[in-house]
Amino acid sequence: MSTDTILTGLTIFMLATFLGFEVIRRVPPLLHTPLMSLTNAISGISLVGSLILAGSGRGAFATALGVIAVTASTINVVGGFLITDRMLKTFRRRERPAPKPSERVP
Amino acid sequence: MTTWLIGLLYVAAGGCFVLALKWLTHPATARRAVRVGEVGMLLAVVGTLLKEEIVDLRWIALAVVVGATIGALMAVFVPMTAMPQRIALSHAFGALAAALVGIAELDLGDGDLATFTTTVLAAEILLGCLTFTGSLVAFGKLQGLVRDRPVTFPGQNLVNGIVLATGVAIVIVLAVDPSQVQWLPWLVAIGLLFGVMMVIRIGGADMPVVISLLNSFAGLSGAALGFALANPILIIAGALDGSSGFLLSIFMCRAMNRSFANVIFGGFGAEQSAGDGAQRPIRVTSVEETAMLLDSASFVVIVPGYGMAAAQAQHKVAEVANSLIGRGVEVRFAIHPVAGRMPGHMNVLLAEANVPYDLLADLDEINPEFDRADVVLVIGANDTVNPAARHDQQSPIYGMPILDVDKARSVIVIKRSLRSGFAGIENELFFLPQTMMLFGDAREVAGGLAHELSAQHSSR
Repeated sequence: MSTDTILTGLTIFMLATFLGFEVIRRVPPLLHTPLMSLTNAISGISLVGSLILAGSGRGAFATALGVIAVTASTINVVGGFLITDRMLKTFRRRERPAPKPSERVP
Repeated sequence: MTTWLIGLLYVAAGGCFVLALKWLTHPATARRAVRVGEVGMLLAVVGTLLKEEIVDLRWIALAVVVGATIGALMAVFVPMTAMPQRIALSHAFGALAAALVGIAELDLGDGDLATFTTTVLAAEILLGCLTFTGSLVAFGKLQGLVRDRPVTFPGQNLVNGIVLATGVAIVIVLAVDPSQVQWLPWLVAIGLLFGVMMVIRIGGADMPVVISLLNSFAGLSGAALGFALANPILIIAGALDGSSGFLLSIFMCRAMNRSFANVIFGGFGAEQSAGDGAQRPIRVTSVEETAMLLDSASFVVIVPGYGMAAAQAQHKVAEVANSLIGRGVEVRFAIHPVAGRMPGHMNVLLAEANVPYDLLADLDEINPEFDRADVVLVIGANDTVNPAARHDQQSPIYGMPILDVDKARSVIVIKRSLRSGFAGIENELFFLPQTMMLFGDAREVAGGLAHELSAQHSSR
C-alpha cells in the first residue's frame, strides 16, 4: 500500500471523527437510544468488506467467513434501520402545547 | 470509468451518513435521518458490488437473503422493552463481521502483506474479537441469562492486564514481522477471552457506559478494516460510529461523575453493603393516600428508573400521568442520563407508552423546577435521586449529578423494599421527613394508582 493511500485514509478518518463529534454532540439525550440504534445500522457498513470477501472467490475458507460476515452485517443493516424507524415513530409531541406555568390559573 | 463511479457512490454514501446523524439532532427530522441513512447504505452496497474483485454473487445473494430475513424478523418482533439487549447483540454482529473479514484477509495474505496492512488487520482482529464476546456477555446480562452483578476475583486487574498485554504483544510481533501469521489463532483466542473478562466484571447499572463503549469499538474496528482494505466509506462510517459511541460513553461517565477507568476496572456494585444497620424511621404510605395526594397537587414530577423498566410499568405510569393531565395537573417526567441500562432507555420506553416527548425533561431542565413540585413520584430509581451525592464526601456516589427530588414538597418512592441501590449504599432520601415509601411492584402500584385516580374522578 502506498504512503499516499495511508495518508489519505488517515485524513479521512480524522475529518470524519471531528465531524462526527460536532454533529453527535448536538443529539439530545431524548434521542440517544435511536442514535445508538442508527449508528448500529450504519456500522453494518462492514457489509462492504464482507461483500468483497464473500464474492471474490478466493477459496472456501475465505468465502465461508465472508458469507457469515455478510449475514451478520445484513442483520445489522436491515434490522437497525427498521427498528430505529419503529422507535422514532413512537416519539410524538402533545396535540396542543400545555399552558406555561405563568399562564396557569392559580 | 467504473472506478470513478464507485468513488462517487462512496462519496455520496458518506454524505448521506453525515446528514443522517445531523437530522437525528431533532425529533422532528429524526425519521428523515433513517431514510437518508438507508439511501447511503444502498449507495455503498451498489458501489461495492460494481467492484471488479466481486466475481461470484451466488453466496452473497444467499447471505443477504438470510441476513435480511433475520434482521427484519428481529425488527418486527423484538419488543421495545428488549431494546438494550438488541443493541448489545447488534454490536456483537457488527464486530463479528469486521473480525471475520480481518481474519480472512490476514489468512489469505499468508504473511506477504505490507507492514501497515498487517498491523491494522491485527489490531482490528483483536478489537473485533473482544467486542464480539464482550457484547455477547452484555447481551447475556441484559437478557438475564448471566448474573447482572459484577463477577470479581482477587488480582483481576492483573490477570486482565496480562491477557490484554499478550494480545497487544501479538499485534506488535505481527507489525514487526508480517510473516508471523501463525500467531493469528492466538490473537483471535486472546481477543475473544479478553472481551468476556472485560465485561463480566461490570454491573448492570454501568451498562450504559459499556454499551456505548462497545458501540465505539464496533465502529473503530470497521474503520480499521477500511484502512486495511483502503476503502474510504468503511473509514468514514466507522469513524462516525466510533465517535458516536465514544461521546455517549463520555456523557454517561460524566452523568455518574466517574472515570472510564473506574467503570471498566472498578467492579462497582460488586457487593451490597447491609447499610449502617441503624433502624431509622421511615414513613409508609398506601396507594389510596398517594392517589389523594396526587389528586390535590398542581404540579407532579415523575422520576422513572430501571425499576420501572424491570417491572414493565411504563404503560401504567403513562396512564397515571394521563389521568392527572386530564384533570389539569401539570406533569413532567424527569429523566436522569444513566437511568436504565442504555443511553436514553427511559425515553424510548415512555415514548412507546404514548407519553409525548415534550413531557420528558432532562436533568438540567428539571432540577430548577423541583422546588415548585407538589409531589414527586420516584418509580424504581435509587442512586440517581440520593441527596448524599451532593454533600456526603464519604459516599461512593459523591459528586454525581442527581435529580434534586428532595426539594419538592412531598416525595413518594415506589420500591419493592428498602434494599440499597446499585452503588450498594443506603438512600438518604428515604428517611427525609417529606418522603413516604410506597412498597410494592412498580407495575401493580402504578396500576392501582391509575385505578384510584379514575375512581376518584368518576365519584365526583
